[in-house]
Amino acid sequence: MSVALALQYLVAGLTYGTIYAVVGVGFNIIYNATGIINFAQGEFVMVGGMTAVTLHAFLPLPAAIAGAVLVTMALGALVEVTFIRWLGRPSVLRMIVITIGVSILIREVALHVWGEQVRALPYFTGDEVTALELGGVRVSPQVLWSLGTCLAIVAALWFFFRRTTLGREMRACAANRDAAALCGLSTRNLVTLSFVLSAGIGALAGCVVSPITYTSYSIGAGLALKGFTVAVLGGLGGSGAAVAAGFVVGILESASVAVLPAAYKDAVAVAVLLAILFLRPSGLFGSREAERLRAS
Amino acid sequence: MPRSRYARVALLVAAVVAVQLATEWGGKPFFLTQLTMSAYYTLVAVGLSLLMGFAGQISLGHAAFFAIGGYGSALLTTLDLSPARGSAAVSLLARTGLLAARTDLSGAEALSVAPWPAFACAIALAAAVAWIVGVPVLKLKGHYLAMATLGFGTIVHSVVLGTQRLGAADGLGGVPAFRLLPGLAVGGGRAARVENYYVAWGLVALAMLVLGNLVESRVGRALRAIHGAEDAAGSMGVDVGRYKLRTFVLSAVLAAAGGAFLTHLTGGIGPGEASVMKSVRYVAIVAVGGMGSLWGTLATSATLEFVSLRGWFGTLDDAAFAVVLLFVMLFSPDGLLRLDLPAALRAARGRLSPGPDAETEP
Repeated sequence: MSVALALQYLVAGLTYGTIYAVVGVGFNIIYNATGIINFAQGEFVMVGGMTAVTLHAFLPLPAAIAGAVLVTMALGALVEVTFIRWLGRPSVLRMIVITIGVSILIREVALHVWGEQVRALPYFTGDEVTALELGGVRVSPQVLWSLGTCLAIVAALWFFFRRTTLGREMRACAANRDAAALCGLSTRNLVTLSFVLSAGIGALAGCVVSPITYTSYSIGAGLALKGFTVAVLGGLGGSGAAVAAGFVVGILESASVAVLPAAYKDAVAVAVLLAILFLRPSGLFGSREAERLRAS
Repeated sequence: MPRSRYARVALLVAAVVAVQLATEWGGKPFFLTQLTMSAYYTLVAVGLSLLMGFAGQISLGHAAFFAIGGYGSALLTTLDLSPARGSAAVSLLARTGLLAARTDLSGAEALSVAPWPAFACAIALAAAVAWIVGVPVLKLKGHYLAMATLGFGTIVHSVVLGTQRLGAADGLGGVPAFRLLPGLAVGGGRAARVENYYVAWGLVALAMLVLGNLVESRVGRALRAIHGAEDAAGSMGVDVGRYKLRTFVLSAVLAAAGGAFLTHLTGGIGPGEASVMKSVRYVAIVAVGGMGSLWGTLATSATLEFVSLRGWFGTLDDAAFAVVLLFVMLFSPDGLLRLDLPAALRAARGRLSPGPDAETEP
């Protein structure tokens, strides 16, 4: 393989890695707040992308994206209030089945609203043939948009969780829900907020990568599986590790096309997941969080 | 509902006969086709019910075992060995009676593996895969187990979809009928509708008899102990890992058998049977039937699969399963029969009011 081709795979991997990373971070936010793995996480990305395409028909692009993020955040809140909030602390098995049911429901509604058609937003700058020459590799500006957005999301989350009162309250809720409640925090509302946040970042990422990866009603399940792989690989909990893991999975996947038939591409991420689960359940970057989940 | 398991199987047989007579007299004999198909899906569901309800292990990859059974049988019984007729291996197989001559779709003479040995190979393959996957996977718990089995199902689906040998997106067709015993066959089109119906539900009754005996035995008590408290069961001397693995393999074998029989019945199988949505459907059926209730699962599966196969949900088929699943899981996690809506709503209102969170479920 020539160096240029390898770099091209690297860029493609980084693009897909962005979306996996953001889905993985979304898993982490909800998991930290509730101990729930939200199987409907991929559907937030799908709804974000699809809503933005619809809104873009009569709104300028930035407004359409902002609108899509808000709509998806509202959906996140709706999901939490309707299906999670009043359940107390249900068993893991019950929670898995409920979030899977929610994901199918969202997907089927999307199918009836938007049909089976594949959609995409226009490129933010230039069009599909515009490319920047970076050290001999042709990179679409949209790739830079994706990477930039991903890094901005992580930076914003870092600031939110470390520097704002609300973010600190959410961390308190994650650390010990009962203690947080005894300190007068409304843990239920903080849990809703975690769904809203995680839906919002998923929708934003779904909009930014949609010109390259396209969006259709059925992309959610695959994204959820890969996002979970990324979250586990990063050791469930930390955003930085999840982003790094996202890029690892994305690059592995795009490199696999060089050796395996393209039809098996989706199986690569799953193989990574299974290997990690069996060999190193605490994640590539090590975390006791994952160990705890495994033993619970 | 009678308590004795033999009486329950007898009741099932009576119900099966009654339904057949009703469709005959009601002038709807074509209902039997979907009822027969739902019987084979029911084999998958009761096997999964054993795994989820008794051993307490979730599997989001059971459609994969169904597909292994179906594709294994289909591939072996349609693979034409006649060009290799001269080779020593093929002639040895032909002499032992493991091969059967047949005419393929274009009317040419073909030589393929006979259904019985093909069935045995497919089941053995499913059992082997379940064992190999089960050893590492069943060490996982909760979300990890769910995602790992989901991942396994995804791999099988993408392999089936991406392999030309297995017909890729078209699947395999032209699968011959399966002569179980002289005079009793699975398949054979509309003429054999009543025969197919009784064979299918006879197989389900047989499976229920075996499973009923199993859960009332030492093994069943051990499984329930594992479900209740794994560590406690282990400290009482129950070999937790081995019981979980064996249950997983048994439920995979039932799923593969369902897949193989259905493939012979309809004459083919497509990649849709291996999809994740199918696996979720089986989980939904077990959840609605009540975890740990084989008979509840059987009733739910027969009803829901029949309604779905008749197309009564229209384009809302998957959505209908999702809504049923959510309703049961939210209001009555022990199955639809245990539904107590007023109590569930009271509890919900209680939990929504401010105050410390409700106690954790076991």
